[in-house]
Amino acid sequence: MKKRHQRLFVILGALAVLGVIAALVLSALNSNLSFFHAPSEVAAGKAPKGRLFRVGGLVKVGSFAREPDGVTSRFILTDASAELTVRYKGVLPDLFSEGKGAVAQGKLAEDGVFTAQEVLAKHDENYMPPEAAAALQKSHAEGVRELRAGEAAAVSAP
Amino acid sequence: MLTEIGHFSLILAFPVALFTGVFSLWGAQTGRLAWTSCAKSGALALFFTVGFAYLCLTLAFVNNDFSVRYVAWHSNSLLPLVYRIAGVWGGHEGSLLLWLLMLCGWTLAARIFSRSLPDALRARILGVLCLIAAGFLLFILLTSNPFLRLFPGAAEGRDLNPMLQDPGLVVHPPLLYMGYVGFSVAYAFAIAALLAGRLDAAWARWSRPWTLAAWIFLTLGIACGSWWAYYELGWGGWWFWDPVENASFMPWLIGVALLHSLAATEKRGCFKNWTAFLAILAFSLSLLGTFLVRSGVLTSVHAFASDPARGVFILIFLAVVLGLSLLLFVWRAPSVGLGGRFALFSRESFLLANNVLLAAAGGTVLLGTLYPLIVDAWNAGKISVGPPYFEAVFVPMMWPLLFLLGVIPFVRWKETLWKNTASDLRLPFVAALAAAAALPFCYGAWNFPSALGFFFAVWIFIGAKYQFLRQASAARGKESLLRSCFRQPLSFWGMHLAHVGVAVFVAGVAVVSVFSEEKDVRMAAGDTVEISGYTFRFLGMREMPGVNYSAWQGEMELSRQGRFLRRLFPEKRFYYSSAMPMTEAAIDSGFFRDVYVSLGEPLDRARPDGEWVARVYYKPLVNWIWGGCFLMALGGILAMLDRRYRRSRFSSSLRRESGSC
Amino acid sequence: MLKNRYLWLFVGFFALMALLAVGLTRDPREIPSPLLGKPAPAFSLPRLDSGAPFSPEEMKGRVWLLNVWASWCVSCRAEHPLLVRLARERREILPIIGLNYKEARGDASLDMEKLDETAERRLIEERARQWLDTRGDPYVFSVMDADGRVGMDYGVYGVPETYLIDKGGVIRFKQIGPITPEALERDILPLAEKLRRESAAE
Repeated sequence: MKKRHQRLFVILGALAVLGVIAALVLSALNSNLSFFHAPSEVAAGKAPKGRLFRVGGLVKVGSFAREPDGVTSRFILTDASAELTVRYKGVLPDLFSEGKGAVAQGKLAEDGVFTAQEVLAKHDENYMPPEAAAALQKSHAEGVRELRAGEAAAVSAP
Repeated sequence: MLTEIGHFSLILAFPVALFTGVFSLWGAQTGRLAWTSCAKSGALALFFTVGFAYLCLTLAFVNNDFSVRYVAWHSNSLLPLVYRIAGVWGGHEGSLLLWLLMLCGWTLAARIFSRSLPDALRARILGVLCLIAAGFLLFILLTSNPFLRLFPGAAEGRDLNPMLQDPGLVVHPPLLYMGYVGFSVAYAFAIAALLAGRLDAAWARWSRPWTLAAWIFLTLGIACGSWWAYYELGWGGWWFWDPVENASFMPWLIGVALLHSLAATEKRGCFKNWTAFLAILAFSLSLLGTFLVRSGVLTSVHAFASDPARGVFILIFLAVVLGLSLLLFVWRAPSVGLGGRFALFSRESFLLANNVLLAAAGGTVLLGTLYPLIVDAWNAGKISVGPPYFEAVFVPMMWPLLFLLGVIPFVRWKETLWKNTASDLRLPFVAALAAAAALPFCYGAWNFPSALGFFFAVWIFIGAKYQFLRQASAARGKESLLRSCFRQPLSFWGMHLAHVGVAVFVAGVAVVSVFSEEKDVRMAAGDTVEISGYTFRFLGMREMPGVNYSAWQGEMELSRQGRFLRRLFPEKRFYYSSAMPMTEAAIDSGFFRDVYVSLGEPLDRARPDGEWVARVYYKPLVNWIWGGCFLMALGGILAMLDRRYRRSRFSSSLRRESGSC
Repeated sequence: MLKNRYLWLFVGFFALMALLAVGLTRDPREIPSPLLGKPAPAFSLPRLDSGAPFSPEEMKGRVWLLNVWASWCVSCRAEHPLLVRLARERREILPIIGLNYKEARGDASLDMEKLDETAERRLIEERARQWLDTRGDPYVFSVMDADGRVGMDYGVYGVPETYLIDKGGVIRFKQIGPITPEALERDILPLAEKLRRESAAE
């Protein structure tokens, strides 16, 4: 009798622990994932409002500016078909520069400006973060397709 | 020429490893003594062929032989000598060669220190290690050969990644690899025991020092990497839950579980299957980590340049190793006995709970690390799992573990009356409560997370001290208490020291994550910024030439309440060969706090002598984090040096020695 | 069948292996170019040597390589000897045309606001020439893509990159990053040879 009780006790305890862990994992995954979106997806309204996500692309040449406090900066991320203004307060990574790839993590503010909590630049002198590269490639393909569609429409219209 | 000889030596090592592995395993299975004896010379030959190849590659680096492709890509004639030697493991190919060299080193060590083992067992252990080495040799030769030549040779090398040009690189990867590879010995022991069908206490006693050794290296390697990231990256963080960090952390967690479960297996003969399974798991996770880092399936700041062929190879290797070991395990495990009985309230069951928690924690880390892969595989988009996930899941799982850590030393094997334990625990519990109530006020304000941290730190610390002293005074007889303390077995010292290390670590983490401060400011010469009572005064910038870089160096004066402390010189470096900028933070380190400053960028790029954006930090108790890791490792070393591992090992007497686990 | 309570381990094992195998096929760095099999985007850019305009139209009827490079690009340095050797061996069969990409603007150490267009052009010519003089010139000629617009059209996302373009002006292969000897022997040369024969038979 005692043995069986003990066994039951252990099994119940283990199940309870597992349940707590599973609940922890699920709730944490649910609220702490950050999806990746390209600037054109943000422009199309596909990005979540009020939720953390990541956006990547090229830092548009000539778009980088500092606010008077010297610490907050603004720049434009582009994937060649859409642009997104990013605001970031803090020290930018060493490899951040105009015309190169970067990924920002943060939220979209009411005014449509992306408020970044973190900015990552590519880690190698030649390559941008793969996510940013993928976004560029994708939007490029879409751009070409749209161009084609536009041309086709122009031809068939008259 | 030397390169070709090295290459040849590496090629030669492959058949040596393969034949040694096959013959010694086959010989042990069929009882052919002549075959098993080849394991000993095979292990020796393997070490020398691989060691020679490694030496040749190092010489190519030292001599700036840029006709070797790997050297041309990872070195430069301006690179200081020490980084040229360390540069051997600065890239994928060379670091794998280092991995292999260490595996052969562990194999050699296993050969040397296993004289007293039965021949068949020894041959099996060495055979398994040789087969693993053969797999890695094949991997290096087929997909990642560092000896390939460049035609025509390059005039100058591309230089070592500036981030790696740091004393941290000289020690971090070798320590880490020693740990990773070290688990292969514990794995080989488990496989050998499963093959022989003898999972017994002798096996556990034998694997314990090896597992400890690997775990010590891994602990030091991880701590060193974390320290390196802290001061080299200049982000002020010490752990980022990056996939590559996780890849080293998972085997560490499983290693901790394995150590404790080995203790139970050795002392009481229980959890044999579980222990063997953990040994397999620890090494497989090391391999999985290698796969994640080298194949490029996950994006990470540390990831090596990816090559699908490498990924395929490691995946196949992992599948073979893990698959075969699981097959063996599933075949043998059901016939293994259950070992000594124990009551619900006993050290065994608490250790089991500790193991389950550690394994589950490892599982959640694995899930978080692989989750982006899972989501991508379902075409559900590209995601990243950030530190918040790990903090939300992992940290709460540590609470019961830390609580148990304070309890277990007081609980006896087999059965304890819970009333006795509860009365033993009264003192640590009261001390911990007092600490949780009072200590956060040292840093200004009381809050729950830091109070919890202090509670566990003091709970473990006082518990360990109290139990240690009690044990020593119980055993002292007529001698003085101090003498009795020193007469306690080393493994007992080691256990408590490692637990104190955990306490120190927990205190450091709690304080640093709650009470750190950081500020980003723009500074012109003469400006000051204050953080937590420390004042930085910016004196100006100047240009400083380095060996293979040029730098802008800032001068800062650090003072506290008007009292001058020291000057700090943060730098921004530009490496000539790669045109990459690098930040060198300047840190004033102390026992109770670090204050540190790192340079962002000049406000006007054309005027680097003018205003700069700088970031200043105040990090209380941050050094306790690494200090705690160091104490854990030190505890491990003491435990490993315990007398009973040095004795003639296969005496079947497994009489209990006082206390330790 | 033997009942074994450890068999479920294999479920986890196979799931993990399958996941990792799928993960391998999704190598985040291996992104197929959307331009493969599409006509190479048209452009007209000045040549580095003469300043005369060049457009890909002029190469119709030939199989050729477009190599994106810049003197600030470190990987180009590693790739360069291979290109020189390739040019020495088969300049007639497989001409390489260089696309000098953001020579001045790509260099983070330069302050572009201080450069006007002529100064930038002069700087590009000077830097590019010096590079080609010291390291050898594998190109039939190079064209200057100072603002990187053409590079953007080609979906360049890192330098160096190389495009293999067939007689009809269609991109048939894209090498991201430096051309490795393996990629050259395994992919580029056989494909170029095939393309050359293919349309010769037509």
